[in-house]
Amino acid sequence: MRDAFIHALTDLALLHPELLLLTGDLGFGVFEQYIARFPRQFLNVGVAEQNMSGLAAGLALEGHSVFTYSIGNFPTLRCLEQIRNDICYHHANVKIVCIGGGMSYGPVGFSHHATEDLAILRALPHMLVLSPGDVWEAAESSRFLMDHHGPAYLRLDKSHAPPTHLPDEVFTPGRIRTVRRGTDVTLAATGGILGEALHAADTLASMGIEARVLSVHTIQPLDVATLCLAARETGGIVTIEEHTVSGGLGGAVAEALLEAGVHPAFFYRMGLRDTFSSVVGSQQYLRKVYSLDAASIVAAASARLNIAIPTSA
Amino acid sequence: MTMSMSMSNATPEFARRIRTHTLRMTNSGGGSHIGSVFSCADILAVLYGGILNVDPAVPDSPQRDRFVLSKGHAGAGLYAALAERGFFPLEQLATHYQDGSELSGHVSHTLPGVDVSTGSLGHGLSIAAGMAYSGQLKSAPHRVFCLLSDGECDEGSTWEAALFASHHGLSNLIAVVDYNRLQGIGGVADVLELAPFADKWAAFGWAVREVDGHDHRALRNSLSAVPWIPGKPCCIIAHTVKGKGVSFMENKVLWHYRTARGAEFDAARTELEAHS
Repeated sequence: MRDAFIHALTDLALLHPELLLLTGDLGFGVFEQYIARFPRQFLNVGVAEQNMSGLAAGLALEGHSVFTYSIGNFPTLRCLEQIRNDICYHHANVKIVCIGGGMSYGPVGFSHHATEDLAILRALPHMLVLSPGDVWEAAESSRFLMDHHGPAYLRLDKSHAPPTHLPDEVFTPGRIRTVRRGTDVTLAATGGILGEALHAADTLASMGIEARVLSVHTIQPLDVATLCLAARETGGIVTIEEHTVSGGLGGAVAEALLEAGVHPAFFYRMGLRDTFSSVVGSQQYLRKVYSLDAASIVAAASARLNIAIPTSA
Repeated sequence: MTMSMSMSNATPEFARRIRTHTLRMTNSGGGSHIGSVFSCADILAVLYGGILNVDPAVPDSPQRDRFVLSKGHAGAGLYAALAERGFFPLEQLATHYQDGSELSGHVSHTLPGVDVSTGSLGHGLSIAAGMAYSGQLKSAPHRVFCLLSDGECDEGSTWEAALFASHHGLSNLIAVVDYNRLQGIGGVADVLELAPFADKWAAFGWAVREVDGHDHRALRNSLSAVPWIPGKPCCIIAHTVKGKGVSFMENKVLWHYRTARGAEFDAARTELEAHS
């Protein structure tokens, strides 16, 4: 996803001289080509995210289209008030890019895991929140952000689902993508964990359960209509995020459905529950530990459908 | 706008009017920080009385000098200066802090002439540095002025911005620190000592001058000669008195938050009028 982002940005920088990429001294080995081609559109501000975000606001108020880049929580939580007051309140044209959504940085440790960012960023007025699930969505999101004038957050995952897009598909921000059809249950995922949802859907299909899989690449604004349709047409909704269940995708979907007066047959949020991801291990390993892997999704969905999992599944 | 002699001679009266407006605004609205405004009223008067190239007829002109009031709690003073300069009607000042007003206690960019909304300390210098960096990229002639409180030099983000500005040689950026040595609920010496203050800014790579922040000629001399050293951002450490202009407010931390009412209001008004 990171490469998709930087490739998209490299294409865009040529056409948009107002584009500026700011990094908080991260991205070793990532930006070399970009810097070589567009040295005046790149700025390493040092390990100073508060200043990076304030600078970004000042630059945006002067007409630049600014991307801030760092990993984990550094471009978001570390400088949250600058994002709120300087960027969002001024409707400044700043796009905040995080590489390492969820537990992407696995064994590096909890400090580098972004597991509350979606909840916190989506609470900010004027903020668009994008969390792509595969490489195509990441590339399309990055390109879209150049045309979007205003604050936005792009959460890039190190993992990604296998390609899900159709050859002539057009990416529509704010519109949930149905990446697998089904009417027995809905698996709504955001970020690279979409891959686990798709894998789980394969297993469920072998058990006779046809799961609808939704890629919720836009958390804010949320595509309420597609969610309501899924609640009406399928047996229940399971939300899946590499993130706390409080206020993230699961929270957003619950809010939207209840407010719309739509009640799914069952509703279950998969994610971290009042815990830090303190165990040491790879992203894949941590998904097992925190019951977010495909097998856990199968177990959660089938239990709520009262269908026993065959031992071979 | 270039500074005219009449304007430069008029800045003490301009400062007195800023203080008088602020006394009224904080009295009727109830919100204070009157001591913080009085502390920097002379700086605002000199800036808006000829240093800043701004035009109320074209408040968003790309050619204008930018001004960031990082000490947003002195918003009443900036509103008064802008209204005096014709950015919006003087009558609007009476709505300060009132229900439905555009004049919030901390300064708001929804008003013509206000470039940036502030209020949380330690934000302004970064925003100003971003504006200055942009000006440098575009080889634009305008300058960016940023007025800070000493209290907000407690904030690490202020020093992040200070490092950045000197590293990038932002000679179009001018910071003025209102160094009254009284912060929210105590003196700088008791809360968190900043001295040696000028040395700190110099060590961060800035050209530094210390001036009497109530001496209009000294302020004007320094502000009209920027940049003092090619390739360096400028920092004026303005030695000021919190509450300056009303004897019983001067150097009193109480007047960071207190609102002048009744006899205090009358006494303050009388003192300010005596200076006209």
